[in-house]
Amino acid sequence: MPELAGKELRIVGFLCNWCSYGGADTAGVGRFKQPTDLRIIRVPCSGRIDPLFVVKALINGADGVLVSGCHPRDCHYSDGNYYARRRLEMLKQFLPFMGIDGKRFHYTWVSASEGQRWQKVVTDFTRQVHGIGPLHEKKEAAK
Amino acid sequence: MNAQELRKAAKEVLPSVDVVIGQRAGFDPLHAEPCFATKPEDVDDFIASPLCVHNLASYLPSLKGKKVAVVVKGCDSRTVVQFLEEGLIKRENVTVIGVPCSGIISVKKVLERVSHEPIQSISFDNETVTVKTNKREEKIPLLEVAPGKCTTCQYPNPLIFDVLVGQKLEPRGSAEAVYDDIREFETKSLEERKEYWEKTLGRCIRCYACRNACPLCVCQESCIAETRDPHWMSQKDDPKEKMTFHMIHAIHLAGRCTECGECERVCPMDIPLGQLKKKINMGMKELYDYVPGINPEEKPPMYVFKVEEDKIEEHELS
Repeated sequence: MPELAGKELRIVGFLCNWCSYGGADTAGVGRFKQPTDLRIIRVPCSGRIDPLFVVKALINGADGVLVSGCHPRDCHYSDGNYYARRRLEMLKQFLPFMGIDGKRFHYTWVSASEGQRWQKVVTDFTRQVHGIGPLHEKKEAAK
Repeated sequence: MNAQELRKAAKEVLPSVDVVIGQRAGFDPLHAEPCFATKPEDVDDFIASPLCVHNLASYLPSLKGKKVAVVVKGCDSRTVVQFLEEGLIKRENVTVIGVPCSGIISVKKVLERVSHEPIQSISFDNETVTVKTNKREEKIPLLEVAPGKCTTCQYPNPLIFDVLVGQKLEPRGSAEAVYDDIREFETKSLEERKEYWEKTLGRCIRCYACRNACPLCVCQESCIAETRDPHWMSQKDDPKEKMTFHMIHAIHLAGRCTECGECERVCPMDIPLGQLKKKINMGMKELYDYVPGINPEEKPPMYVFKVEEDKIEEHELS
């Protein structure tokens, strides 16, 4: 990832325990190369993700937030990701109104077997956030 | 709006309920205050005029279990409907006295108009407000001193009522015009919007009046803004904390806010808080074809889902 060398950004990832966290693990076990900007937080289900987690992260120092859960119809708890989808879509539309670029926030679905898809999601999202640049002042990013 | 008719209707309802909530003249000619009538003579204090700014439906969830009659304007009736949608009140316990409304005043705007001179009297005649101060008398068209919600009012008539007092009225302007201010704001660049909100929300003194007055903020003393450990926000006087608080308020009202304008009315710093909620409501209409507080049989969009969503598409990364 030469374009990222030396200037990492802070990206927070909320991954559901059953699919996406497994998917990220699969990518790791498969030794797929991934950008290192992402800090992963494991949650029981994408339905656990309060849109305010994303807001709080973005306001308090994150440059981007990635949310990933089980594909629709595959939720471990049957319908958590359907509720998540409604809430996160609402947030996605609301953020630009507050002056936060909607591209800093992405939500998607990755299953436990999709190591390669995970690699692609992380790489593309990291590139997208780098395209916009840091959200917060430099001194904070360097901490 | 006719006070005599309202009092008559309230007196008829009173024997079958524990309390009738209306409004009466307040501490000065410009203010009205909520009035909880339990005796017929209390009802004689009721007024019906553009001074009745309070959304009295706000009291309903806290009076759960009691038989309550409440006087509502068109906009307030949406709050009642929203409570029913969310199961916060029982229909059989509530008697709704509906009053069609042609607009209310904004106390702040009236005071600004008369340069904050002490007001001696205020009277209303056919959409004209006559304000007398100790120095002058001024006639102002009602809409010039009405809150923003009245200028594009789509629901002048109560959507739910058991007793209707007065004649039904026509909506003001087109339904699209309601969100014109939001669309205009969205023509600004991201930086301009960020700057605007930092400046505007920067005025916030975190008195939480907006939350306390909000009829749909039913958590109140267990609000996540103050009660969780670790805290969502610190006590620090910082734009970030203010932004967090207002995002909490707005997001918790997603698909619930009936745009009654109480948050803006009570804000001591005159922050246009309704805009945040209006923006989310715009999205709710587009994404889920849902308008809060219209149909008591509906469920708010965040309470339900569709396996195949009609309007939500996967977002591509660039």
